[in-house]
Amino acid sequence: MSNMITVKNMCLWYGEHQALKNINVSIPEKSITAFIGPSGCGKSTFLKSLNRMNDLIQGVRITGDILYNGKNIFDSSVDVNELRREVGMVFQKPNPFPMSIYDNIAYGPRTHGIKNKAKLDDIVECSLRDAAIWEEVKDRLKKNALGLSGGQQQRLCIARALAVKPAVLLMDEPTSALDPISTSKIEELSMKLKENYTIIMVTHNMQQAVRISDQTAFFLLGELIEYGNTETLFSTPKDKRTEDYITGRFG
Amino acid sequence: MRSKFDEQLALLNKEMIEMGALCEEIISRVLKALTEEDGQLLHGISSLGPEIDQKERTIETLCLKLLLQQQPVAKDLRQISAALKMITDMERIGDQAEDIAEIVPFVKNRPQTVDTLLHEMAEASIKMVTESVDAFVGRDIGLAKKVIKDDDIVDNYFTLIKQALISGIVDNPKDGECSIDLLMIAKYFERIGDHATNIAEWVVFSVTGIHKEG
Repeated sequence: MSNMITVKNMCLWYGEHQALKNINVSIPEKSITAFIGPSGCGKSTFLKSLNRMNDLIQGVRITGDILYNGKNIFDSSVDVNELRREVGMVFQKPNPFPMSIYDNIAYGPRTHGIKNKAKLDDIVECSLRDAAIWEEVKDRLKKNALGLSGGQQQRLCIARALAVKPAVLLMDEPTSALDPISTSKIEELSMKLKENYTIIMVTHNMQQAVRISDQTAFFLLGELIEYGNTETLFSTPKDKRTEDYITGRFG
Repeated sequence: MRSKFDEQLALLNKEMIEMGALCEEIISRVLKALTEEDGQLLHGISSLGPEIDQKERTIETLCLKLLLQQQPVAKDLRQISAALKMITDMERIGDQAEDIAEIVPFVKNRPQTVDTLLHEMAEASIKMVTESVDAFVGRDIGLAKKVIKDDDIVDNYFTLIKQALISGIVDNPKDGECSIDLLMIAKYFERIGDHATNIAEWVVFSVTGIHKEG
């Protein structure tokens, strides 16, 4: 399995405050990587750096390299919109646009210039099918997406992310606002999606990381303390701080 | 934050120590019964077996409850899973001791050489059980590794006893039945050594995360 994202000596500051310290990590393609750690440890900041979402925050300064498919994403030749198309994002709280289910999915492809109705229909159906929600919404595509349940809205957001054909999906606590059944649907969906996509997920639910991820990275106070195979990290962690965190001794 | 969990783990440790102590008790009594040929001692053994079985159930229940409620990881997960494996070996030690106790009344005329070897073998296997439990309690890898190594001593006693018994049968064929009973006793002690070795291997896993069998 080759590496989709390679991060070298990356540091990030919010003004004077250093939020990430010398991060080095390689994320393999077509797998699920979980980021865990206590609140404020830098895991979400790091996740958002991977498609340059932090560019939108004032006072952020980054050093080091983030290579996506071997190319530095901070290179001046990189089109940030194209990067964000390839490295999509799903947020903690489902955030459908206040428009129909169909238009939510078609929004991205339309902004990328696809106008053909038949082609859009095809993209909408494929994306909703891939996000395991097609059967539930196929008869009400013209209804407002805000009428869906929380779990359905989150899968709709995943479908919306898939509609622009990304290679990587960044998920920031995608199930923390969902009930157990919706959570389990998203987890199953993630495991299916990793056949075709590289998934990187921030989660506070450690059992979720154990259940679905292939690799886990443990962050603490802006440092990447330990990174490796999930089963190994949760059964025989190498660093005492990892052991103390995952066994609930702090955090 | 995890005081309840720590309390439950401490309870698991206590129950394991008690089960280990029962195993030591039952094989010590068997050895004494073998030495003193005392029927009363054999009676005591039959009550210890069910006590060991009950302890196994109690520990199993506690481990399953901990897995369900605490969803343990890392050292905690290894300690609980190792405990679940170890109690199976401890329970088998109890069974082997009971099996020996059943044969003891039939081996009254033992050749001196075999008698000496059997006592030495019994003492060596009891020591292995005691040390394997001590290794668990103290999370002592050095002691656990010593137990694993000491299994060769017990195995060697088995070979020596077998050879002595074969010579005995050649010299006095009429003692054949008693010799086979003695060989069974030696085999049970040899198995007790194997179970103590298994316990020690799980102690190593519990501390390091690495099990000998891979």
